[in-house]
Amino acid sequence: MTDQSMLERPTLGTAIQRFLSRRASWVPFFAALLILVLMFAGAQAYFGNFLTPRVISSLLLDNAYLLILAVGMTFVILTGGIDLSVGAVMAFTGMLGASMLRDGVPAPVVVPVMLVLGASMGLGVGVLVQYFDVQPFIASLAAMFAARGLAFMVSLASIRVDDAGILWLQSTRIQAAPGSWFITPTGIIAILVVVAGALVLAYTRFGRTIYAIGGNEQSARLMGLPVVRTKLLAYVVSGLCAGLAGVVFTAYTGASYPLNGIGTELDTIAAVVIGGTLLTGGSGFVLGSMIGVFVYGTIKTAISFLGAEQSWTRITIGGLLLLFVVVQRLIVARSRRR
Amino acid sequence: MSSQPAPILQVQGATVRFQAEPALEDVAFRMFPGEVHSLMGENGAGKSTLIKGITGARPFDQGTVTLDGEVVAFATPAEAQRAGIRTVYQEIDLLPNLTVAENIMLGREPRRRGVIDWGAMHREAAAVLAELGVRIDPSSLLGSHAVAVQQLVAIARAVSGEVRVLVLDEPTSSLDTDEVGELFRILRDLRDRGVAILFISHFLDQVYEICDRVTVLRNGRLVGEYLTRELLRIDLVQKMLGRSGDELAIPSRPAITGDARGAVLRAGGLTRGRVHGIDADLAEGEVLGIAGLLGSGRTEVARMLTGIDRPDAGRITLEGAAVAPGSPRRAIALGLTYSSENRRTEGIISELTVRENITISLQAQRGIFRRMRLTRQRELAASWVDALGIRPTAIEQPAGLLSGGNQQKVLLARLLALAPRVMVLDEPTRGIDIGAKVEVQRLVDELAENGMAVVFISAELEEVLRVSTRVMLLRDGRLVDTLPAERLTLETLLATIAKADDRA
Repeated sequence: MTDQSMLERPTLGTAIQRFLSRRASWVPFFAALLILVLMFAGAQAYFGNFLTPRVISSLLLDNAYLLILAVGMTFVILTGGIDLSVGAVMAFTGMLGASMLRDGVPAPVVVPVMLVLGASMGLGVGVLVQYFDVQPFIASLAAMFAARGLAFMVSLASIRVDDAGILWLQSTRIQAAPGSWFITPTGIIAILVVVAGALVLAYTRFGRTIYAIGGNEQSARLMGLPVVRTKLLAYVVSGLCAGLAGVVFTAYTGASYPLNGIGTELDTIAAVVIGGTLLTGGSGFVLGSMIGVFVYGTIKTAISFLGAEQSWTRITIGGLLLLFVVVQRLIVARSRRR
Repeated sequence: MSSQPAPILQVQGATVRFQAEPALEDVAFRMFPGEVHSLMGENGAGKSTLIKGITGARPFDQGTVTLDGEVVAFATPAEAQRAGIRTVYQEIDLLPNLTVAENIMLGREPRRRGVIDWGAMHREAAAVLAELGVRIDPSSLLGSHAVAVQQLVAIARAVSGEVRVLVLDEPTSSLDTDEVGELFRILRDLRDRGVAILFISHFLDQVYEICDRVTVLRNGRLVGEYLTRELLRIDLVQKMLGRSGDELAIPSRPAITGDARGAVLRAGGLTRGRVHGIDADLAEGEVLGIAGLLGSGRTEVARMLTGIDRPDAGRITLEGAAVAPGSPRRAIALGLTYSSENRRTEGIISELTVRENITISLQAQRGIFRRMRLTRQRELAASWVDALGIRPTAIEQPAGLLSGGNQQKVLLARLLALAPRVMVLDEPTRGIDIGAKVEVQRLVDELAENGMAVVFISAELEEVLRVSTRVMLLRDGRLVDTLPAERLTLETLLATIAKADDRA
């Protein structure tokens, strides 16, 4: 009845036990971190010139949009849901933004419009899930088709973006440290989103309620937590992140194309899962998702170093995903046994 | 308790109707501070409905709730919680993926400038746990603790902050004796601090041990409110059931012995895993009880007899012919049926209707090409619902909505529809109230009377003795003896199955 050993002076054994009883949910995160480190080490040993400031800096630059999407997706997956619409919403907000800029609407108006648009698409998914009891998979699939269609409605062809403000986000290279370390404003935005996401999840009632819902929605309701509001907000956060990713991706490519981001939702989910978030919800961290994105980016970079086909990225990600899902099942099975 | 204080909670004229059927009719109920109160009644008597009304989970259609002299109307559990009415539900409803501290404090975490103050949260949670005398690390994940500890955390959550009324719905169903003792220590402590506690349990012993006052409901109506020390057990049971004690008795039948025995089923040397060399024989019209402690091999024997598990060694003969019921399907074809102890996970399919649950095995036995017509299914289901007294009688409602006792009857109906020769019932009365228990016991008796061969397993030895004609005594996976029930008493039975192995 009493776990007395927990309260006494820790020896190494009890310290490990104590760590496991307190931080068991961090184990997948450390597994992901280990894989990232191993990949860095392996790539460095193989190529010799992999771990350079330039490569590492581009890792953040090239994947800033994915990082933002992954933060939003983490919120949704933690509640036990899924959001398949993010890639298409990113494309749609990007298209609409680009067309507004082309028509001379100033960027300070366009960017908020894109964010609000993304958030309201997320709200739509949330309403379907919460009030119409639609499976998140189906609700967000519908939103995905809708957003993709709307992107084509804006224009069938690519729209170039000339707005100096938007391009500045990508082209400015701020020296981040001595040497050739650099960071772009898009990278800073992505990092800020990660930090904000991590803080919200760890230190606000909204964040803790997200975990509670993922743990057991019925219990969370019986505990008197605001389940409805929180679930809606999780999808709004994901939509908002998709809108922001639309801004960042438009800056990244300097143009918007209605076919942008096809399959990106799946890359995002893969990164989140590799980062240690349980697809059943209730366990995982934004920092893990960040590691997941970096794992994804490293594989992509390593394969372009090899000069091999980029299809190998997908194959490797597929393999890693399988590995992680199996590891997660083992962890869940072990905790069930207790 | 000394000079009657004013009730902290008072319910008057509570009425709830589901469609037209009243679940609660003009019930009055009151609770006093510093008292443990029990709500007694059969399943379907309206206990849950009354609790749900008090805790805001499902408000009353009519009637008033007065808390501390003020009329209140809670629309949600959250409102009731804020007013100091806290509930611990039967199924532990906490979050295993969060820490113990969060589970206690969630929803009213200490915050500084809108940000959760984890340090203060752990300190407050530790203080609540210490007050209850529970020594666990508040930063540990809840899922890393045993069920009993989680139960105590649920109580810690309920009593942290200002609690005036604490509702415990079947808190002891998954606890062992020591753990119940620990729970009662905490309840007495809370009671002495002036909390009004509503304690619901099927176990009469526990009710008499902990409760000061008891309110009895029957069929959605109030029977009365009594002081526990002034109410005899037999009277309590009578009030719950509305029947006299004699009516509850089961006529005992002598064991069939000698030449009159025509063994239907015989098993020799059944062995699998921990279970070794079990011999059994079962005659028509006989109820063979299996008695033993948890882990003695009761369920293993039952599952081998009915083809759920394949024995490693041993043989089974059915009416003289050797059979190998290697799968439930084959066993059913042979007339051997099994009702699992896990009613919810291995029995009732709660999304399917009562009709579907009753006919599903028979349909499976016929095969998909000989589909029973809907009218035939309805007839069949309705006749079993009628014969076994399943309530409510609506055969098209999901079986999951029925009470435990009625779900058990639906399972029996499913097996009976197969017209089996042997029925093996593993804990058919677990978790159902005393009235339903008696009905199931009677039913078993009637079946045997009509020539069925029944194997009856129960953790309650008294019940095994009452229902069975002969009893198999198991200990540590071995058969100790098989004796006629009339030659056994509760004491001898207990002594035999609990005795340490001293043959060496």
